[in-house]
Amino acid sequence: MRMPIFSLLALVVAAALFAAFLAIGNEYLFFAGYVVVQYVVIATAWNILGGYCGYVNFGTGAFFAVGAYATVALHKLQNYSENNFPPAVAEVIAVIFPLPIPVLILIGGLLSGIIGLLMGYLTLRLRGVFFAIATLALAVVLQTLVVNWDYVGGSRGATILRPPTTSLFGMDYIHYLFALMLLLAAISIIIARGIERSTFGYGLASIRDDELAAEAAGVPTLRLKLACTAISGALMGMAGAPFPYYVGYVEPASTFSLIYAVNAIAMPMVGGTAGWLGPLLGSLTLGSLQQIASVTISSEASLLLIGVILVAFVVLAPRGMLGWFDRLRPKRKGMVATGGGH
Amino acid sequence: MDNRIAIRNLSAGYGAVRVLEDVSLDVASGQTAVLLGVNGNGKSTLIKCIMGMCKPSAGAIEAHIDGQPHDLLKLTTEEIVDLGIGLVPEGRRLFPKLTVEENLLLGAYRPAARVKRLANLDFVFETFPRLAERRRQPVALMSGGEQQMVALGRALMLEPKILIVDEPSVGLAPIFVARTIDVIDQLKRVKNLTVLMAEQNFNQAIRVADTGYVIVHGQIAFTGRSRDELNNSELIRRLYLGA
Repeated sequence: MRMPIFSLLALVVAAALFAAFLAIGNEYLFFAGYVVVQYVVIATAWNILGGYCGYVNFGTGAFFAVGAYATVALHKLQNYSENNFPPAVAEVIAVIFPLPIPVLILIGGLLSGIIGLLMGYLTLRLRGVFFAIATLALAVVLQTLVVNWDYVGGSRGATILRPPTTSLFGMDYIHYLFALMLLLAAISIIIARGIERSTFGYGLASIRDDELAAEAAGVPTLRLKLACTAISGALMGMAGAPFPYYVGYVEPASTFSLIYAVNAIAMPMVGGTAGWLGPLLGSLTLGSLQQIASVTISSEASLLLIGVILVAFVVLAPRGMLGWFDRLRPKRKGMVATGGGH
Repeated sequence: MDNRIAIRNLSAGYGAVRVLEDVSLDVASGQTAVLLGVNGNGKSTLIKCIMGMCKPSAGAIEAHIDGQPHDLLKLTTEEIVDLGIGLVPEGRRLFPKLTVEENLLLGAYRPAARVKRLANLDFVFETFPRLAERRRQPVALMSGGEQQMVALGRALMLEPKILIVDEPSVGLAPIFVARTIDVIDQLKRVKNLTVLMAEQNFNQAIRVADTGYVIVHGQIAFTGRSRDELNNSELIRRLYLGA
């Protein structure tokens, strides 16, 4: 019964944060906060594959962009259908579109989840650095496809005009996006924590520590890894789906940017990769620092900042911020055979 | 019950490298078959093929479990484990940071084994009282011999009918090699297991062998149906005894 309580708590914290932002009343907070919370989702998603299962994914930008470009493609469909589809079809599309953002998030998540599954099938037999290179290659391939796809603007990019308010209680659009991203962050943390404490999570941990031993124990390694890439990819895509509405202009170079991949790796590393709390801590600190640096120094400085912090952590605190507290915590109790319901 | 493995004309390799060439062997029910051979002759590859971790290019592997035939080449590793074929991998492959008990429980990952994990844990602790004393200790802090007990125990958590042990003597002091081999023999008798053991240590392995296969350059070079036959083999003398 601990699970529902944690979920409830995560949602309450998200709601409280939103209320606090509203109370402060500074509009810029929502703009900056959106990016930080978006990184909470991305870092948590990356850690499900990278931290729990030990497979380093360098293709975060690709998954993020799949979500973003799914939104762009669907957004453009309305205009496109008026000129190119039979009137009957165009009418139906005009009624349904524009799709509400939660639906776009689900579609983006589904698509990038499928891409995660496919990528997993192609690359999961590779280990270590080879898997990382393969995921990097995936990002390059997808970016090339998008650059050459004129419908979504190719390398020119696409402009998305968003209305100033939403139909939902006339809520300010940026508030709405921020609230959605907060909800998504809460959900990803609930999912990550759920995985961590499940048989699925123990299976992933055994793959991370010794894949051959896991196989000998009958852990269905390929199936678990595929599920893991799909879930991780889906969450990254979900984080990317509202992005076009947030920035208003999407083009391949910045959407597929390596900065997502670097942040997705740096944030869990800085926070600690063993559990859900690490990526959350890492993304909140690094994300906020980047936002502050962008405003006070320059946006280029924020990149430098991550680099320096990542190097410092890898050298000085390889187990992340959570490693600092390990000594303070009482020695962990063994997993008791009689405990646990499964 | 009839629990045995029959391998017929098996060939396997990695890319262009041929490792196994037309290998046939039988692990008879309730007996210990020992696969003898020095490093790099294909013992581990053969075991990987049985466990579905390596796809052979030709041949057949059939396991009879409780009299029922199963074509192992059509099954995934986890399905083979589900049949009741347990593997103790070479070099033990334990999870060093986890405790003894956690390592053992990981052996009961399969749903069928999970249900009986408490009874099986008791059995493992009865068999290896030393592990019961150290159940909360991280495996990394234990001696090689004790670690081998954990590795054996982890395989037993699956209630296997056929136990496959890959080079149990690797990295062990001579006294622990003898003890480990004894324990495997004991387990075979108590649990009525069928055992396939790959081993380099000829003198130790042969003490418990019912059948011995000598594998040289990926081919079965000699088959001994009894201890005497193995002891008196010219080939074995040449390979192992330096005569």
